[in-house]
Amino acid sequence: MSLLELREVEVEYRRAGRSPVRAVAGATLSVDAGQVVGLVGETGCGKSSLARAAVGLLAPTAGSVWFEGRQVRPLGRRARSRTDARLQMVFQNPFSSLNPRRRVGDQIADAMAILNLVPAGNRRARVSGLLEQVGLPAAAAMRFPHQYSGGQRQRIAIARALAAEPSVIVLDEPLSSLDASAQAQVANLLKGLARELQVGLLLISHDLAIVRHVADTVAVMYLGLVVETAPTRRLWTAPLHPYTEALIEAIPRADGSGWLPESLPGEVPDPAHPPAGCRFHPRCPYAFERCRTDSPPLVEIVDGRHVACWLHERGDAERPPSQFARRTSAVVSAGGDQIHRV
Amino acid sequence: MSSLLEVKGLRVRLPTTSGLVTVVDGIDYEVERGQVFGIAGESGSGKTISVLALLGLLPDGAEVEGSARFENQDLLTLGRRSLREIRGREIAMVFQDPLTSLHPMMTIERQLTEHVRYHLGLDGTKARVRAVELLQQVRIPDPAGALGAYPHQFSGGMRQRIAIAIALACGPRLLIADEPTTALDVTVQAGILRLLDGLRRQSGLSVIMITHDLGVMSSIADWLSVMYAGRVIESGPTAEVLARPRHPYTAGLLAALPHPEAAEDTPLVSIFGAPPSPYARPAGCAFHPRCTFAIASCATDVPGLLDVGDGRRLACPVDPLLVRA
Repeated sequence: MSLLELREVEVEYRRAGRSPVRAVAGATLSVDAGQVVGLVGETGCGKSSLARAAVGLLAPTAGSVWFEGRQVRPLGRRARSRTDARLQMVFQNPFSSLNPRRRVGDQIADAMAILNLVPAGNRRARVSGLLEQVGLPAAAAMRFPHQYSGGQRQRIAIARALAAEPSVIVLDEPLSSLDASAQAQVANLLKGLARELQVGLLLISHDLAIVRHVADTVAVMYLGLVVETAPTRRLWTAPLHPYTEALIEAIPRADGSGWLPESLPGEVPDPAHPPAGCRFHPRCPYAFERCRTDSPPLVEIVDGRHVACWLHERGDAERPPSQFARRTSAVVSAGGDQIHRV
Repeated sequence: MSSLLEVKGLRVRLPTTSGLVTVVDGIDYEVERGQVFGIAGESGSGKTISVLALLGLLPDGAEVEGSARFENQDLLTLGRRSLREIRGREIAMVFQDPLTSLHPMMTIERQLTEHVRYHLGLDGTKARVRAVELLQQVRIPDPAGALGAYPHQFSGGMRQRIAIAIALACGPRLLIADEPTTALDVTVQAGILRLLDGLRRQSGLSVIMITHDLGVMSSIADWLSVMYAGRVIESGPTAEVLARPRHPYTAGLLAALPHPEAAEDTPLVSIFGAPPSPYARPAGCAFHPRCTFAIASCATDVPGLLDVGDGRRLACPVDPLLVRA
């Protein structure tokens, strides 16, 4: 069993007088020790809801979350147990997740005191050690968060999470508020920490390109569902789901070639009223009859690769949908912006 | 044909609690007709302030030096009233976050027709027709229906399209887009980039594109200036600058980017340290404390932006490309 397991997790938000929104409609995911799992998807796909459910900040409407063999219960008023604290979270914005009025060192030492992990006399040394681990001078302990840049603050937030001696850290968009060079530094740091400390990381991001450099495995979410999971490199060389293919083709390349990224026609539908059949079919250039009526399950196509798409069958070769479309009898264009494929 | 906009020696000082701080420190550039001119740089490099200065949108007490010739007028010496005539009509601007740049309590129709009524004097019916045209141009589905709606009823990408429609309302010659796709998802970003590219091809619109994202630059900008700590450190045709960067900072920025075709498990090469704050910029070349190529003179002399051939300009006495060769 993996360290962190999400099984068929559903998150539904009820709204007064209106139909409920199922932000997560049954997602299954697992994180092992020392493994970096990237969860990518666009705004509104439910990735942050899934992250909050994973750490118990939100009670799943259905399904369950398991951490170190025990079911994660939603956070109540009582302090978390020492076991539950081994599941930590780092938030997107280090400007609001750190307390501006307390010294960096005090904030990092909190977990040690609350969980009784380190005797009071040794805490200062441990704080220095953690700061050095995330690439900051030990003297940073005596300073305040505002004295640091975004990238440095995110390092402080990571050090604070590490203070609880976690086995898994869930990071919600930890890189997206940072500039390119800071982003690269923090991305490398995360990868290094996972290897060195054997911490499992669930890295949530909308940026597929950066996830590629950090994650061992990637899960792609669309409108509340995981549509594809694969080892990172194989996902890139041969995306199986048309949505994954579209995401990869939309990434601009800084090579000076003047290549314009491909745009995906249409809009993400309202999660309160998802399309029938496959949720991606109205925007999918390969959609055929079956996609309109039946929702494809997430099945393992080849070892380690799962996809929820009618184009693929168990045992198929790993080929992107553009090379597969011939299987469908009637390939329909999704309309809207032009679609070019080479 | 002369260029549409010619900026020379632009220097901006902004008032702060600790006195005037130099944010933009002498930059020059030209924007040609129908061209997308890119200004790249990290946050705090002065790229946004350098264009706000052109439009007279700086806070009170700001000091601006230099010249910005647009259509035989110097934007920096124009009075408030004349500048107001140009702003929105000749030069329009699109901001990063359409949720804050659009008015939340006003219908799309009112926001779209305000410009044409004010600048072009169109009456209600004509303005409405123009509004529908504009929404069609930026590919908003059901334009007539969209007029009565409010910004919150649209997705982020659609809002940015509406903000672009508002900017295009009076047929400007120059569109300044400040990080227009940064808040958007990649698939939506691709749509906006294709829209901007189409606009300049169809209507000969000139665009100043400000972004920290060199991938976005690569896909849309013809010409590129890279800024660091208030100065342009390298400029030239985008394809050249990105394929063969010559300034150590440009090269470092490119190396820090995740590249779609990079080999597996290549760590990102990051530039050590962080950009200096405008309050404490290093003497000499502002990049020298982070530069692996720095020589003694880098710490004392500010390198000028000099022609290095092929339309490229470089502010670096070392020129790493020559060192390696």
